[in-house]
Amino acid sequence: MKLLEIRALTVDFSGRPPVRAVDGVDLTIDARESIAIVGESGSGKSQLLHACTGLLAANGRALGSVRFEGGELLGDGNRAAAVRGRGIGFVFQDASGSLTPHRRVGDQLAEIAAAAHGMTRAAARAESCRMLECVHLPDASRRLAQYPHELSGGMRQRVAIALALVARPRLLFADEPTTALDVTVQAEILALLAELCRDLGMALLLVTHDLGVVAALADRIAVMYAGRIVETSSAADFFSGPKHAYSAGLLAAVPTLARPP
Amino acid sequence: MSLLELRAVSVRYRLAGKGGYLAAVDGIDFTLGEHEMLGLVGESGCGKTTLGRAILRLVPLSAGELRWRGQRIDTLNPRAFRPLRRELQCVFQDPNASLDPRMTILESVAAPLRSLDRKMPLSERVSRAQERLDEVGIARDLASRYPHQLSGGQLQRAVIARALVVDPRFVVCDEPVSALDVTVQDQIVSLLERIRSERGLASLFISHNLAVVARLCERVMVMYRGRIVETGGRGPITTAPLHPYTRELLDAVPGVDAGARARLLRRIACPRPAVSDAVPDAGCAFAHRCPHVLAHCRVKRPPLQPAADARLVACHRASEWPGGLQGPGGSAV
Amino acid sequence: MVSSGLWGDAFRQLRGDRAAMTALVVLSLLVIAATAGPLFVDYREDQIDWANMAVAPFTADGHWLGTDRLGRDLLVRTLHGLRVSLAIALAATLVSLVIGVAWGAVAGYLRGRADALMMRFVDVLYALPQVFFVIILTVVFGRGPLTLLIAIGAFGWLTMARIVRGQALALREREFVEAAIVGGAGTLGIVARHIVPNLLGPVIVYATLTVPQVILVESFLSFLGIGIQEPLASLGNLIADGAAEMETAPWMLAVPAGCLVLLVFCFNFLGDGLRDALDPRDRR
Repeated sequence: MKLLEIRALTVDFSGRPPVRAVDGVDLTIDARESIAIVGESGSGKSQLLHACTGLLAANGRALGSVRFEGGELLGDGNRAAAVRGRGIGFVFQDASGSLTPHRRVGDQLAEIAAAAHGMTRAAARAESCRMLECVHLPDASRRLAQYPHELSGGMRQRVAIALALVARPRLLFADEPTTALDVTVQAEILALLAELCRDLGMALLLVTHDLGVVAALADRIAVMYAGRIVETSSAADFFSGPKHAYSAGLLAAVPTLARPP
Repeated sequence: MSLLELRAVSVRYRLAGKGGYLAAVDGIDFTLGEHEMLGLVGESGCGKTTLGRAILRLVPLSAGELRWRGQRIDTLNPRAFRPLRRELQCVFQDPNASLDPRMTILESVAAPLRSLDRKMPLSERVSRAQERLDEVGIARDLASRYPHQLSGGQLQRAVIARALVVDPRFVVCDEPVSALDVTVQDQIVSLLERIRSERGLASLFISHNLAVVARLCERVMVMYRGRIVETGGRGPITTAPLHPYTRELLDAVPGVDAGARARLLRRIACPRPAVSDAVPDAGCAFAHRCPHVLAHCRVKRPPLQPAADARLVACHRASEWPGGLQGPGGSAV
Repeated sequence: MVSSGLWGDAFRQLRGDRAAMTALVVLSLLVIAATAGPLFVDYREDQIDWANMAVAPFTADGHWLGTDRLGRDLLVRTLHGLRVSLAIALAATLVSLVIGVAWGAVAGYLRGRADALMMRFVDVLYALPQVFFVIILTVVFGRGPLTLLIAIGAFGWLTMARIVRGQALALREREFVEAAIVGGAGTLGIVARHIVPNLLGPVIVYATLTVPQVILVESFLSFLGIGIQEPLASLGNLIADGAAEMETAPWMLAVPAGCLVLLVFCFNFLGDGLRDALDPRDRR
């Protein structure tokens, strides 16, 4: 059984004019696999993630089938809600957006830990501290008492990742997790994601506009354009020569240093 | 005569609460020649944006001198400086934020003409703005729209058109592409390259991505915690960096080749020392996260000294690796 | 096109907004009625009809909306009251728009010492007891609508100045303001062309709230005997009178109160419409 199985997924937004954001997408993810969906803004890649977890805007409608560990999520709000967080974790582009500004980092983590694992206060607190160590936040125990605004952008994204991982999801959705960050911090966050997937046996669905982000991280790459997936191939094949002209354009756009031969 | 000259420029902010000062920009010298495109690289919080804003007199200098074609401009009063705004323009990072949401694109682009040339008739302002919009590739029917109706790339083109509308000699480009999709980044960088070659514009190009800077600029400055740590031609900087921080910036540039995976895995294998946020008072600003740190690095601040290939570098140990620092795992990146 | 785009587009947008246009039409009718209406009624506002005291609407000849205890025609009194209340409300709102917006926008834009000085002045005025101030004014200038107007105007702009200053402080940090500075715009130009247009949303919402608020303040002052006095009518003192006769002559309350409700509704709908029309992001 596949971990996540998306079949003929279509997402429509009503309005004038109506918009078809996702147009018949098929995609499967195995356990422990890392997949990247690459495309420009407006290609529908974020809406695809939202549709999978029942987080579409009010005027959005998803058709097709999304199965997580065999259970259908589309049209079943309760199952989608149960899977969110515990089965599928979320990391967003704007880390400060997923942290409540007026609560301490430790309290936010402990609340989820307590809810997900039925832990006592003390155990939840210890688990929170462990998660912060897991994402390599220096002085983890001190950070628990801090508020999000006291952390740098990179540290906030680490906390956001810890927050997504507390409930031990089998699959992590990462929507442009490094776009708002400096290249140096980006490299660290990517390394962290790769390490966590390896150590926790977690699958990863990464959505980005930047092929530079996925090159090192993804086993498989799906290129999305105008709501459709135009190419899916293994990372090795992709970087040795993308089949679709659009993919080649994306690849050429990545700013790189001229590397010595 | 150089176009722009900075001497020991510092910008300090008073820290809220306990008093004391934070030097966002700490004693920076450089000169910029006519038609020159100079790159400034560093991570967020290093003071690169503040430096750009100081040159445009959006923040006051705490110390140092700013000279524009030999003339002191940091001491001019705002009224006397205003005519010079024709010559110094800028492009900001976030195109969504740098255009007034209540003005049409054409109005925004024409606005500097209204402020800087009061005698220009409306019809000429409109035609001038229209010309610049054509130059950056904005279709005429988009000119009467509002910012929220345009994409990020189109907005950034409009911002560039606004900077060009007064025919400046120098433009500060503060992270002009980092808020955009990579495909759009590519188009905007190409546009900037074209404009530069057509107009012979001088520019300070600020970015956190060394690859973007190296594509556009002959000369690159690397900034860390308010100071320049290395400066030189793009060739030597990107192939044989002398400062460990430059090395780190190079390593961070993502690669899209088969070796990228291996490099990332090596990065996991040898994690960096944990970085604390405490600011050291003495010694090298980079010492707290430098893999090559020695005891005296924490005590004595390294001066910016001449090094190989007409470079300047602020590192006590730079002479120990004349061939440049190598990437993680010893391989060239 | 370059200078009047925002307002031209806003007007076009407003014409498509049915609720706002209805409100505008009703409001215009009310204004016309308040100014020209009394000419078409056979009674003067202080004329006593001894034959018809406290009659209900539509029961006595010529008194369409009935009369009060003293036999004065309620329709003409309400129209007069509407005229006074509208004039005071509009004048006070205008004062609050002009002084309050300019004061707040400049303070917020300049920040620092100028801001502190300007806002402390507002605080000092805030701290003055308004009723006390009005009493002093009546002693100096005598009672009357003008005194009332000065009294309400002097305080009406304070809250507006505070709201606007808060918004201006935030707007000032936006990049498009810096872009305007780099583009050579001066302080006044930036405040007028970038700060003020961008804070119109909250300003208009607050201005529409000011209208009923001022009418209520006026009625309160009239009730204390320092506002509009009998036999002059204002919506405020008509409602106060009506409330006293609520059980025996409910129409005396219903007519002026209905008029006030209608007025407030219209201002709110028009305010909402204007706010949307002035924000390009809300256009389709």
